[in-house]
Amino acid sequence: MGEGSDLEALRHGDEGAFVELTSRLHGPMLRLAMAYVGDHHVAEDVVQEAWLTAIRSVDRFEGRSSLKTWISGIVINLARARRRKESRLVTFTSLLRGEVGRGPTVDRARFVRDGTWREPPRRWENMPEETLLGKETLARVGVAIDALPAKLREVIVLRDVSGLDNSAVSELLGISAENQRVRLHRARAAVRKALEDYLG
Amino acid sequence: MRCIEVVELMTDYLEGALSPRERDRFEEHIAGCDGCRAYLGQLRVALRVMSGLAAEPVPARIQEELVAAFRNWKSGNV
Ligand SMILES: [Zn+2]
Repeated sequence: MGEGSDLEALRHGDEGAFVELTSRLHGPMLRLAMAYVGDHHVAEDVVQEAWLTAIRSVDRFEGRSSLKTWISGIVINLARARRRKESRLVTFTSLLRGEVGRGPTVDRARFVRDGTWREPPRRWENMPEETLLGKETLARVGVAIDALPAKLREVIVLRDVSGLDNSAVSELLGISAENQRVRLHRARAAVRKALEDYLG
Repeated sequence: MRCIEVVELMTDYLEGALSPRERDRFEEHIAGCDGCRAYLGQLRVALRVMSGLAAEPVPARIQEELVAAFRNWKSGNV
């Protein structure tokens, strides 16, 4: 179902369309909320609140961004507000100050003096699907994403988990395309590294 | 271009942000370098795994509450 018809269906009170949409977007929105509040239950709360907000304001939504982008924006606002409010999230908040970071994203020890691979990375493409997309692999990647500095985490969740495009993400986060690429690069390198630690 | 530099251009490449000249040099390197090709393949696998994280079912309790809220809104609206 296309975006436009999703919106029309919602406005017309189509319950099936609503259930389908909340099911499809639950994972991405939960991950997104987690990127700010760090606690699974609080994140679930935020997502639920976001849907209630969306229902109440769907008539005012002008459709200038996609429905998914719009709902992501609601989740981000609510999650940020929640993070500010909850003092018990303070230890997690300290992680949020984490900077983007700089320098190489691949351990220098992986290369010999002339800048070529000491030992080339393994090819994963031929590994069995049930390993690549198995529960354990997903869990490891989830943990790796949760461990990222906030500025990297919000970008990689929106882009690679949620599947939003770069212009939507730049707009949502108020960052330049270039800044987004820098963050995305560091975040993906960290996730790849976590996968390599597991898959070899 | 050396491998140690090529790996830092991977995201710009995947995002289509390299200049035509850089892209040519990047692709030329990749074509002749098993290590960098494998690294790019690993990044693509990472992307697939991450999109798999999106498939998380809504807990029944939450879905019920949302549907109830939706019906409420509908009865006040339609
Ligand atoms: Zn190379």
